[in-house]
Amino acid sequence: MNRRRDSAYSGIPRWVLAIAAVGALFVLLPLAAMVVRVNWPQFIPLVTSEASLTALSLSLRTAAASTVLCVLFGVPLALVLARGDFPGQRLLRSFVLLPLVLPPVVGGIALLYAFGRQGLLGRGLEVAGIQIAFSTTAVVLAQTFVALPFLVVSLEGALRSAGGRYEAVAATLGARPTTVLRRVTLPLVLPGLASGAVLSFARSLGEFGATLTFAGSLPGVTRTLPLEIYLQRETDADAAVALSLLLVVVAVIVVGLSYRGPAPAGSGSGSARSPGSSGRLSP
Amino acid sequence: MTFTFDAALAARRFEVSLSLAPGETVAVLGPNGAGKSTLLAVIAGLLRPDTGRAEVNGRVLFELGAGVHTWTAPHRRGTALLAQDPLLFPHLSALENVAFGPRSGGVPKRQARETARHWLAEVDAADLAARRPGELSGGQAQRVAAARALAVNPEVLLLDEPLSALDIHAAPLLRRLLKRVLAGRRAIIVTHDVLDAYMLADRVIVMEDGRITEDGPTRDVLRRPRSRFAAGLAGLNLVPGTVTPAGIRSAEGLEFAGQHDAPLVAGQAGVAAFPPSAVSVFLSEAHGSPRNSFRVTVTDLEPHGDQIRVRAGELSADVTPAASADLGLAPGLAVYFVVKAAAVSIYPA
Repeated sequence: MNRRRDSAYSGIPRWVLAIAAVGALFVLLPLAAMVVRVNWPQFIPLVTSEASLTALSLSLRTAAASTVLCVLFGVPLALVLARGDFPGQRLLRSFVLLPLVLPPVVGGIALLYAFGRQGLLGRGLEVAGIQIAFSTTAVVLAQTFVALPFLVVSLEGALRSAGGRYEAVAATLGARPTTVLRRVTLPLVLPGLASGAVLSFARSLGEFGATLTFAGSLPGVTRTLPLEIYLQRETDADAAVALSLLLVVVAVIVVGLSYRGPAPAGSGSGSARSPGSSGRLSP
Repeated sequence: MTFTFDAALAARRFEVSLSLAPGETVAVLGPNGAGKSTLLAVIAGLLRPDTGRAEVNGRVLFELGAGVHTWTAPHRRGTALLAQDPLLFPHLSALENVAFGPRSGGVPKRQARETARHWLAEVDAADLAARRPGELSGGQAQRVAAARALAVNPEVLLLDEPLSALDIHAAPLLRRLLKRVLAGRRAIIVTHDVLDAYMLADRVIVMEDGRITEDGPTRDVLRRPRSRFAAGLAGLNLVPGTVTPAGIRSAEGLEFAGQHDAPLVAGQAGVAAFPPSAVSVFLSEAHGSPRNSFRVTVTDLEPHGDQIRVRAGELSADVTPAASADLGLAPGLAVYFVVKAAAVSIYPA
């Protein structure tokens, strides 16, 4: 965001630059290799095939729904973790962040035993006529499960760096806690919330393991774009590569938005106070 | 219709009891860590004491003790806080910042803005209404913050070193403004600056180690300090009098040339302030302007750090022990106190 145009002293040793270049190459090279491998004459027909479009549309819809759920549950969680003070707080944080380090397949299995037909809650839901596993709802739940920590981490960081002093002042001015949340806290951490939501969306879009385990791979119902790519790879490599590129493009757009988005929105002193919050991408 | 407060907080070794009459402004002085900010936080409801009781105008703010547990949430206390940092909400305009309090109290939007405009005008910031906090200077932001605190018409206004973050040009302006808006308002002002106490408060409380060590009318405490801390503060020479074009004339007829700290009108009441370290002591009258030279009689000599503080009635000077010996200073000796006009600040009283 703050592109340096002057030649101010940066203090970065040359050898660090060299290693950084290798690291950047490590990320860029496979992507470039994939772009080279794309069958360009067939690209448009490949990505606009019915199966592809169905998978892409399902991916976008479920990722959007998961993002909404992440915001709905993630904002209160981040608030409680950043501002609360209660026994077991650290433990709660560890558990909320667990999906970050858990293999998604394990998450899928866990979800299956919670919401599956024979699961803890699934049995009760089954009686009520609700079946979650292997439905589009399951896709959304699986994606929410893995994406929630991204929003919580991002927002908790923003809340911590903002501090609670504005809230204290607002309270002494007579604002009820809900008013403080609505008119002070949320506007102040909006850049952090936006980048957290974008990250959650991106993570949902890329989700594979938990979805496959918990939701299966039914075309048009649970077969999202990553699943489609994985299946196509066995039969039609060209299609898999074309779809992969599509997913890369969507991801680049999303990440680009998360970097750029908050800047004009919070161009006042709000974003100036915590420049780290909008740029903090890796949790 | 008073404010009474009594609280103890063991973790901070805090134990304070105090009361304020309606319209009374109290300055709280004390070294760092004495519990001044703790006092404000407990009153505002941002910090919970172990035991105690506080009430304002018959309304209980908190009552904590064996078997009783009453706690009024901060937003129901009517105690607005103005801190060192203006803490204006960065996403709201100056006007919306000031309207925030009335809006939170349930006042309709339009009426809240009306109130906000009134208070912005009151702090000479009407033209800043549309600005974002990021576009305000430190002094402007603090004025808007003062308007925001006043707009909720607090029963007790809490000020936590409101001037200490301002530069030397902005501070006097805001100090005069506070003097105007605090008149007849119940307020507690925590400060490091004895001048704030002198100008803004009716009464001074000195806090040390979480306890009140001195409590009394401002002039009495600063003129006859009993606590060590107040004595250190009171070192500042304060001469009240009438403003003249060049400085101030004291009741005893002494003329002080000085720097006018603010636009002053000759004839209005003012006060000249200068530190004892700026005062030199001579045995004979020194010549050369711009200097203030007064014939005084030494009343007392006392050690003050590695200096000797020479007291002559209400005035004092700091000299080195060597200089004191050279001059042969002793109580009863007539000497000249000389102070550069540049070291004398003249304030409206």
